[in-house]
Amino acid sequence: MNIRRLVLIAVPYLWLVALFLIPFVIVVKISLSDTALAIPPYVPTFDLSGGWDGVKSYFSQLDFDNFTFLTEDDLYWRAYLSSLKIAVIATVATLLAAYPIAYGMARAAPEWRPTLMMLVILPFWTSFLIRVYSWIGILSQEGYLNQLLLGLGLIDQPLKILNTNLAVYIGIVYTYLPFMILPIYATLEKLDQSLLEAAEDLGCSRLSAFWLVTLPLSRPGIVAGCFLVFIPAIGEFVIPSLLGGSRTLMIGKVLWEEFFSNRDWPVASAVAVVLLLLLIVPIMLFQRNQQKQQEAEL
Amino acid sequence: MRRRFSWFNATALTFGFAFLYLPMLILIIYSFNGSRLVTVWAGFSTRWYGVLIHDQDFLNAAWVTLRVAVVSSTAATVLGTMAAYALVRVARFPGRTLFSGMIYAPLVMPDVITGLSLLLLFIAVGLDRGILTIVLAHTTFSMCYVSVVVSSRLVSFDRSIEEAALDLGCTPFDAFRSVTLPIIAPAVISGWLLAFTLSLDDLVISSFTAGPSSTTLPIRIYSAVRLGVSPEINALSTIMITIVTVGVISASFMSKRSLARRAADEQKAQQQ
Amino acid sequence: MLSGVAMDTAAQGRVFAPWNDPDEEPLIQFRSVTKRFGSFTAIDNLTLDIYAREFFALLGPSGCGKTTLMRMLAGFETATEGTILLEGEDIAGVPPNKRAVNMMFQSYALFPHLSVYDNIAFGLKRSSMSKPDIAARVDEMLRLTRLERFARRKPHQISGGQRQRVALARSLAKAPKLLLLDEPLGALDKKLRQDTQFELMDIQERTGTTFVIVTHDQEEAMTVASRVAVMDDGRIVQVATPAEIYETPNSVYVADFIGDVNIIEGNASRQQGETIRIHWAEGQEPIVGTPSAPIAEGTRVHFAIRPEKVTITAQKPAGRANAFAGKVHDIAYLGNISTYHVKLANGQILKAQAANNQRIDRRSFNWEDPVWLSWTDTAGVVLTG
Repeated sequence: MNIRRLVLIAVPYLWLVALFLIPFVIVVKISLSDTALAIPPYVPTFDLSGGWDGVKSYFSQLDFDNFTFLTEDDLYWRAYLSSLKIAVIATVATLLAAYPIAYGMARAAPEWRPTLMMLVILPFWTSFLIRVYSWIGILSQEGYLNQLLLGLGLIDQPLKILNTNLAVYIGIVYTYLPFMILPIYATLEKLDQSLLEAAEDLGCSRLSAFWLVTLPLSRPGIVAGCFLVFIPAIGEFVIPSLLGGSRTLMIGKVLWEEFFSNRDWPVASAVAVVLLLLLIVPIMLFQRNQQKQQEAEL
Repeated sequence: MRRRFSWFNATALTFGFAFLYLPMLILIIYSFNGSRLVTVWAGFSTRWYGVLIHDQDFLNAAWVTLRVAVVSSTAATVLGTMAAYALVRVARFPGRTLFSGMIYAPLVMPDVITGLSLLLLFIAVGLDRGILTIVLAHTTFSMCYVSVVVSSRLVSFDRSIEEAALDLGCTPFDAFRSVTLPIIAPAVISGWLLAFTLSLDDLVISSFTAGPSSTTLPIRIYSAVRLGVSPEINALSTIMITIVTVGVISASFMSKRSLARRAADEQKAQQQ
Repeated sequence: MLSGVAMDTAAQGRVFAPWNDPDEEPLIQFRSVTKRFGSFTAIDNLTLDIYAREFFALLGPSGCGKTTLMRMLAGFETATEGTILLEGEDIAGVPPNKRAVNMMFQSYALFPHLSVYDNIAFGLKRSSMSKPDIAARVDEMLRLTRLERFARRKPHQISGGQRQRVALARSLAKAPKLLLLDEPLGALDKKLRQDTQFELMDIQERTGTTFVIVTHDQEEAMTVASRVAVMDDGRIVQVATPAEIYETPNSVYVADFIGDVNIIEGNASRQQGETIRIHWAEGQEPIVGTPSAPIAEGTRVHFAIRPEKVTITAQKPAGRANAFAGKVHDIAYLGNISTYHVKLANGQILKAQAANNQRIDRRSFNWEDPVWLSWTDTAGVVLTG
């Protein structure tokens, strides 16, 4: 292996080891450290000058107290479960909102499709924070939605939407919609029109052709889109923090508060480790799905 | 061929795009509201833009954000392109699986974890939190996005072009510079733009890694909007939305024009 | 009594020509059908009858309207003007899923998420057929197309030729009155295509289904079809059996489209009995030909003659109606035959074909050799269109 190639690999490799892998090891380590002594520097500190005994005593002082604490305080249990629940419901809602849009795009005239694509991608380039923020004005007690509904006489009391889980669902659907539309659109656009004609030719009505052909064939896009929404939604912080209420429990928010408000770093680290364990399964599934997709395309 | 563009499709697209764009539209309209009461319309005014321009805190935060974004996205583009090239072109080296894992993991890692872990690292090595730590953090996660964008272009391009360059006497580095780079340039540029936007946009990781003197714009916005809607933020949002819209639309026009020119050239060549 | 004789001969499989029988009711009738897409006219006032059990080929270059014609039969397009009758009934209002017509798509359009078995069963499951009957019918189709071993495979796990057979089995499963085949062999390589042509004919004969095939490959149309319709620009130029199309094309377009042909333009002289003389170049003897209908003196005509009907000799042959001297300009050696491009004194190049029944080193003619080209007075056709 020549020098250039070595540099080519080593520079990004070492960067990631230093700024991704090692920090993560530190998180795991701190999650095993003691709460009471957890103001920096943490106890135990890792001291190689102590020799083998130092290493041994270091490991003997690590324990799973923080994780035990997580299981004992039902705040964390509820936060994990509620994150899962919110992510699942929001993903399904996003799918229901995205599918008709993706379908309409795929059926639009070919000369229109690049423009429609751009219209879907444009919000993605716009600040996430601003997109979440834009809903505060709409959903608040005296917000535009309540003004409109009151004005139309549909309600006589302003609805309380902001600071509830409903607002969080709306926020997730809104901000992650492009992630769901794009993969579904990609599969629908590739769909060979003659397959639908073949289905009709063989006796299907248009609706049953949709159920028997279009929907099963767009499944890879649906699966990819669901993962792309579900995975970030679980660890979401900004949306529950701005749109959710004090009773909205999401693990990203708990971690943030544990860290910034309670300053309990070891517990925050333990929360992070558990969150990651929670995400590993869907991430692996997603990875496998993508791989299968790629192989199918070859 | 027959394409059925039914009422269903038209309705789905209308409602879909209304949902995507109405909130931002309302934001823009109300940024020109004269009243401090954000939900009550009190006539057209550019008052809040004036307030914004004279708000030193915001200007400082914007300046920090811009510097961080330029530096980190440039560094991320270099590192990400290297990583992509290594992953696509070097089939086997020790630790390759770990390497590709580290490229993809940050894409799915929740921001809170990335931010927390980097902060703990900076404390462990005794690095003071400031602009440098934000730049390091942003470079790390955005290089992974750049790498994914660039490698998808590298995978799709014809390897024999590179081999032809080597055959004609280029050193591998020459071949990369004079053949590969021009071909993957669009992907590198979009990688840079992506990294730049991600950096501009990031709140969570910046919050963990920023020091008291290095407040970024998203941190500033977040602390302002936690208290509710503010007309100044509406004005700021409008400016940011406008910049992004103009940028994206002009970029897509440029790429469309170059595609159209290419098609026209090809047609001309056919006729000759 | 007469019809009884006709039936006898049909039963012997020698003469199948329902189009010549005035009592025979056509299966499909196009009556003055026009189809426009915006300002573009795809089918222009077309009238055509297709009979039951026919293997009917629509032949033409891309864009000639043959695919549109087929899609109107399948129900994916509706005629702008005119009517299409299937067994005497107007099918304009019948949607594709209610027609006793099935189609084999050019791309095959196999459902990628279903196995071979389920692809073939797809249409049957949409009908009121019972489960055991469906299974029996699918098995029958699998046997017919020799796909029994691949029933559980997905479309991407079988070869191109097998996919083609799945598509055929799927469209035949519902026993349609009419099967439409859109370039059914277009995706196969040449060798496989030839084998499959015979297989198609065999299946068509065994199932007794009426086949309408769309193709741009003239050899394919000639091989499989009982009748061929040559199309150009939304109109049918000629409908006839393959032999008639080849031997007696009714226009320069058809003569030129089917096979290799020499076309010479000239002026007709007065008819003498069966034959006329065509003056075609200064200083050359007129060509003697036999028109199919009387031609007025001075008419501008095209004389078309197939290269294999032109004899090439070293000496001037005696007793031939047409004989011209020239020099060998080019030779295309094709193995079994050679095509000689011969330049006549006035610069006209004519092609002549000769069988290579001798080894190449004993070949009789070489470049620049002086030769004679000759043909009889009935070898070519005189065309006015």
